[in-house]
Amino acid sequence: MKKIILDSLGQSQHRGFNFRNLLYNNEARAFFFQIATLLIVIGLFYTAIGNLFENIEARGIQTGFTFLKNRAGFDILPFLGNYVVDYTPESPNLSVFYVGLINTLVVAFIGIILSTLIGLLIGIARLSNNYLISKLAGGYIELFRNVPILLQILFWYNLFINVFPHPKQSFSFFDLAFLNQRGLYLPKPIPEEGFLFVGIAFIIGIIAAYFIKKFYKKKHELTGIHTSTWPYTAVLIIGLPIIVYLLFGSPLQFDYAILGKFNLKGGMAVVPEFLALTFALSVYTATYIAEAIRSGIEAVDKGQKEAAAAIGLTQIQSLKLIVLPQALRVAIPPTINQYLNLTKNSSLATVIGYPELMSTFGGTVLNQVGQAVEILGMAMLVYLVISLFISLLLNYVNKKMAIQGR
Amino acid sequence: MSVYDQQVTRKPPISQIGAILWLRTNLFSSWINAVLTAASIYLLYIMIPPLLDWMFFNASFSFGTINFFGFDIKFSEAMATNTNCGREGACWPYIYEKLYMYTYGFYPRTETWRPNIVFGLTASLFVIFPLVKNYKYKNRVTLSLIVFYPIISYILISGGFGLLPVVETHQWGGLLLTLIIASVGIIVSFPIGVVLALGRQSELRVIKLFSTLFIEFIRAVPLITILFMASFVLPLFLEPGNNSVDKLLRALIGIALFQAAYFAEVVRGGLQAIPRGQYEAADAIGLSYFQKNALIVLPQALKISIPNIVGSSISLFKDTTLVLIIGLLDMLAMVGLTTADPYWLGRETEGYVFVTIVMWVMLYSMSRYSRKLELRFNTENAN
Repeated sequence: MKKIILDSLGQSQHRGFNFRNLLYNNEARAFFFQIATLLIVIGLFYTAIGNLFENIEARGIQTGFTFLKNRAGFDILPFLGNYVVDYTPESPNLSVFYVGLINTLVVAFIGIILSTLIGLLIGIARLSNNYLISKLAGGYIELFRNVPILLQILFWYNLFINVFPHPKQSFSFFDLAFLNQRGLYLPKPIPEEGFLFVGIAFIIGIIAAYFIKKFYKKKHELTGIHTSTWPYTAVLIIGLPIIVYLLFGSPLQFDYAILGKFNLKGGMAVVPEFLALTFALSVYTATYIAEAIRSGIEAVDKGQKEAAAAIGLTQIQSLKLIVLPQALRVAIPPTINQYLNLTKNSSLATVIGYPELMSTFGGTVLNQVGQAVEILGMAMLVYLVISLFISLLLNYVNKKMAIQGR
Repeated sequence: MSVYDQQVTRKPPISQIGAILWLRTNLFSSWINAVLTAASIYLLYIMIPPLLDWMFFNASFSFGTINFFGFDIKFSEAMATNTNCGREGACWPYIYEKLYMYTYGFYPRTETWRPNIVFGLTASLFVIFPLVKNYKYKNRVTLSLIVFYPIISYILISGGFGLLPVVETHQWGGLLLTLIIASVGIIVSFPIGVVLALGRQSELRVIKLFSTLFIEFIRAVPLITILFMASFVLPLFLEPGNNSVDKLLRALIGIALFQAAYFAEVVRGGLQAIPRGQYEAADAIGLSYFQKNALIVLPQALKISIPNIVGSSISLFKDTTLVLIIGLLDMLAMVGLTTADPYWLGRETEGYVFVTIVMWVMLYSMSRYSRKLELRFNTENAN
C-alpha cells in the first residue's frame, strides 16, 4: 500500500536513475516542457531572422539606422511639430520622427482633455433626473460608441473639406475666430519682451498655492479648524500673473485673422486634419469615459449618501467628501485605460493625412526608405513607452486610491 | 338626529396626475431642470430638422427603374444620375447603384449566389442554435457545425477544388470582406487566446514569460502597427520566393494575433475568478494538466467570460475597418472607391452615412446581445 501511494506521488522509493520515474516526475516534466518551448521559440526566431537577412539582401534593402541621417526630401503639413523641430524638406529622417512624435503627443494631450470634459458631462447627464437630458446622453453614448472610430474620423474630415463653407463664407465668431473648410483661424498670440515673467509668475503661483493648501490641511488635521483655501488659490494662480502682466505693460499682442477677398489673412490656422481627428477621438473616447463615470457614481452605496446627510453634511460636502472619492476610485482606472486607447487610436490619422507618427515616419519615410523592420520597430517602441508610462501612472493611482487601513 | 351624507371622493388636483405629473417630475422638477429641458429641446431643434431635410425632404429619390427580386419597379422617368441630385440633399440613387460594390466588392456578378448561400447559412445558424438547445445530440450538432461550417463557407466563397470557379481574394470586398475578416479573426484567435491565457497562468516560468511578453507587447501597440508589420515585414520572415501568403491572409494573421492577446486577457479574467479549490480538487482526484483544464477549469472560466468575449469580439468587428489602410477593400474602403467613379463624384457624405447606418445597426444589436448575456450571467452568479 505504501508503495502505491509513493508511486502515485511520482517519487518512487527506488533511488537512482529510472526512466519511468523521470517521466512521472513533475519537476522533470516542467523542465522538459520549458526547454521544448524555448527551443521552438528560438528555432522560429532563427529561421525568421535567417530568412529576413536573405530576403533583405535579395531585395537590395539596406539595414541599420543610417537612413535616419539621410535627407527626408518631402513636405509635411504645417503643424506644431514642424515649428518645434524647425522642419524643412532638407531635414534628416530623424527630424520626421520627432515631428511625428510631437504631433502624436499634441493630439493625445488635447484629446485626453476634451474627452474627459465631454465624458464627465455626458456621464453626469446620463444620471440626471431630467428625462430628456438623460435620454439624450444615452443616445449620444449608443450612437458614437457603436460606430468604428476610423469611420468617424473619415466622416468628420469629409464634412470639413466637402461640406463646410469656403473661406469667403466662413462661420465667424465675433470676428475673432473663423471656421471654414481650411480649418479654424484663431488670433495668434505674439509674446513680447517680459512675457516670460508672466509665465514665471504663473508657475510660482501654482507652487505657492500648493504649499498654502498643504499648510491649512495640516492645520485642519492638528486643530480641526477648517479654512477654505480657494480664495488664496484663485489670487495666486490668476491674480499674480495678471498683476505681473500689467506691471510689464501688457507684453502680449494678438494677430487677428482678417477676412480678405478670397482668403483669411494672418492669425493662426489650425488645420482641418487636426480638428477632425481630435473631435472624432474625443467624441468616441468620451462615450467610454462617460460609462466609467456613470458606473463609478452608481457604485457608491446609497447608505453612504444617507449617512452623510445624517451626520449633517451639506449636499456639496457630501458630494465632495463622501460620494466623489468613492466614485472616482471605481471610475479612474478605466478612464486612464481609455487615455491609452485614445493615444493608440491617434495612429489612425494616417487615413486623413494628419502628420503624426504613423503617417509621417511610419508612412512616407517607410515608403521612401523601405526599411520596414527598423522603422516599424521604432514606431512600436514609442507606443510601448507611452503605454508603459500610462500603466505606471495607473499603478500609482491605484496605490494612492486603495482603501487604507484594511 | 343628523344624517350623514356620503362625501363624494374628490379627484386629485390636475397637477398631480397623468401627463402633467410626469412632466413636472421628469422635466420641470426645479428651475435648473426647466432650463436644461429648454436647452435640450433647442439642441434637438437645431439638429433634427436639417438632418431630416438632408436625408428625406431635400433628398433625391429619382432611382429610375429598380429591379426588386426580378420585378421592375418604376420610380421616376428620369435616369438615376448624379446630375439629377441636388447639393442640398442626399443622393440615394448613388447608394442603390453602388449597393453591389458595398456588399460584394469586385466579386463576379455571376457567382453572387455563393456568398448569398453563406449569408443565408450564417443567418439560419442563429435560428437553429436556440432550437437545438434541448436536443439530445446537441453537442454533436454543435461540434460538426464548428468543423464543417467554416470549410463549406470557404469552399463556397473562394471556389477551387475542381468544384467551383476560383474567385481570387483581391476580388472579395465590401460587407462580405468585413464579415469574413471579423469571423475568421474571432474563430482563429480564440483558441490561441485560450492557450496564451493558460500560458500566462502557468507555473512554468519560461512559458509564462513568453505568454506575458507576447500579450503585453501586442496590447501596448496600436493595431495599425501590427497590420503594417504583417503586410511589410511578415513576407520578409518567410522563405525567399514564397509568395503563397497574399494580402488578405497577411492581414488575417495580423488581426488574429492582435485579437488573441485581447481574448487571452479576457479568459485570464475568467481563470482568476475560479476558486482555488476547483484546481486543488482536480489535482486531488489525479487529473492530468490537460484533463484538469479541459474538464474542470476551462468550462467554468469560459462561461464566466462569455459577456467579455462578446464585448471583445465587438471591438474586433469595429477594428476590421482598419484593413483599408493596407489596401483591402472592405465596406468602408468602398466609399472612397465608388466616389472616385467620375459618374458619382463628391458623394462621400452619402457613402459614409450609409456605412455608418449599416455598421451601427450590426454593432448596436451585438452590444444589446452582450448586455443581455451579462444580465443573465449576473443573476446566476448572485444566487
